[in-house]
Amino acid sequence: MEIKKISENIYEIPKEGKMNVPVRIYASEKILEDIKNDKTLEQAKNVAHLPGIINTSIALADAHQGYGFPIGGVAAFDLDKGVISPGGVGYDINCSVRLLRTNLTKQDILKNQKEILEALDRKIPSGVGRGSSFQITKEEFKKLMLGGAQYLVEKGYGQKEDYLHTEEEGCIKGADPNKVSEKAIKRGIGQIGTLGAGNHFLEILFVDEIFDEKTAKAFGLKKNQAVFLIHCGSRGFGHQIASDYIKKMEQEYGTENLPDRELACAPIKSRLGKDYYSAMCCAVNFAFANKQLMTHWLREEMKYFFPKIEIEVVYDVCHNIAKFEKHLVDGKIREVCVHRKGATRSFGPGREEIPKAYRKVGQPVLIPGTMGTASYVLVGAKKSEEISWGSSVHGAGRVMSRSKAIRELKGEETKEKLHKKNIEIKSRSFKAIAEESPEVYKDIEEVVNVVHDLGISKKVARLKPLVVIIG
Amino acid sequence: MENKKNTKKFKFLPHTADRKFQAFGKTPEEVFKNSALALFNIIYDKKISEKKKFKIHAKGKDLESLMYNFLEEFLVLIDSKNFLPSKIVNLKLNKKRLNIEAEIVGDSAEDYNISEHVKAITYNEMFIKKIGDKWISQVVLDI
Repeated sequence: MEIKKISENIYEIPKEGKMNVPVRIYASEKILEDIKNDKTLEQAKNVAHLPGIINTSIALADAHQGYGFPIGGVAAFDLDKGVISPGGVGYDINCSVRLLRTNLTKQDILKNQKEILEALDRKIPSGVGRGSSFQITKEEFKKLMLGGAQYLVEKGYGQKEDYLHTEEEGCIKGADPNKVSEKAIKRGIGQIGTLGAGNHFLEILFVDEIFDEKTAKAFGLKKNQAVFLIHCGSRGFGHQIASDYIKKMEQEYGTENLPDRELACAPIKSRLGKDYYSAMCCAVNFAFANKQLMTHWLREEMKYFFPKIEIEVVYDVCHNIAKFEKHLVDGKIREVCVHRKGATRSFGPGREEIPKAYRKVGQPVLIPGTMGTASYVLVGAKKSEEISWGSSVHGAGRVMSRSKAIRELKGEETKEKLHKKNIEIKSRSFKAIAEESPEVYKDIEEVVNVVHDLGISKKVARLKPLVVIIG
Repeated sequence: MENKKNTKKFKFLPHTADRKFQAFGKTPEEVFKNSALALFNIIYDKKISEKKKFKIHAKGKDLESLMYNFLEEFLVLIDSKNFLPSKIVNLKLNKKRLNIEAEIVGDSAEDYNISEHVKAITYNEMFIKKIGDKWISQVVLDI
């Protein structure tokens, strides 16, 4: 495979065969070598085959092999000639991250570290088979699909600022519960407020370093402050919606002309394309509501330890989503359909989509790292709107397979290593800890430095974990 | 991981973020059954009691989509009924009409620690074919 270096941290795979556009890779030399080890680039090339794709198929610095689109993949499509693809969003629709700031310090958490870990683990259902204590009727569930986090705040589970500081204000427009199957409803109705499993987590961290004082202040962050990070998505509800529409699109449009059956898609303006978008929006709102409920429960639980605690939402960003956004194409601003699969929107200052409180500095970009290293808060920058459809990375990106991690790493040892670093961890099994050990991911510092140097998002603060609950 | 008894039924292959397996059988029925066993083996590694019984039904337009829909039924049971499948006691495959009916025994999920949560079945790199006198399937699962 021919890979050309364009400039520092920018590489290109030229158009060949039936590709409509070239592939762009935003990575350092070292990361590119990691990326070459699996099928990431082949998958990014497959995306370039899709009808109506504009400019380039993008693989970001955290890219790794997925199915259909690679994870860490971004692509924009022309509204008339282009397609929408559930495989470009992923099964975990609106897998997303919410950052909460508190008026506590690292030391406050350390004093009660284990007790807090146990209490939160009891309060927030995680893993499989632990349903939610939040049960609603099907009619109410449909209202939640329409209202997202706003629905829950109106019911008393939170405050207005929570959803104002959420992408799409916690309620994406265009949701239509009639486009969601009974099977998806059955899978999702009992799962609101549950963390799920895999790489999903709930963490308490502290602000370890500030890189940009002014922006950190705008985000309400200061050194040594304790913060929460919640990473989860739309659970079985979103998984079923993705699955339903992949099958429907395959049935209606076939995949004979596509390099991967998982890339099944429909024209954006077709009935099926619109139906998928409406159903996807229901799952997007489910995921916003999911984290809203957890935020409420966190507040309740943490009050036992700190009666005067204040917990505020800094921001909540989507990592798996398709959205209609205005971008500059061939010198003209026009609306395109951006697919982000394992990527964060990274709008710079001024965009009206950004909450008022942050509009002057740019949107917060939240990048969870691994449970043993660090997570980052970055700020969106204009450059991203020029080269990556207003997008940046979403995490460190895996380098080691789950099966290899289970074979080679011991969850018990990881837990002990983290304990020595003052990090307490809770999980359903040691196997799950092994699978998410720091060793299985790329170096988060390296990934973050690439996007910082490229200027698509800028470093604001580094967070280090204290308490980790993985699903 | 698969034990010796299972090595001929299925095997796992490397995949960076997700899980990939191949299952084997002398008949199409067997390859469907063993694919389900591979899925169960990823979800848990302990014995599940046989206290509850469910019937599942899946249709497809070709063998691959039948496999996708068949395996997906287990994920739906786990999420919606909190049911962990242990064994397939009866499986009827109509290859011509591309449908499967099966009876599954298992137990309530809350009594067990799950080792892996499978989000979805995918079509990525999926195949089912007959090689010589052996049937073989390949499936990538989204974790």
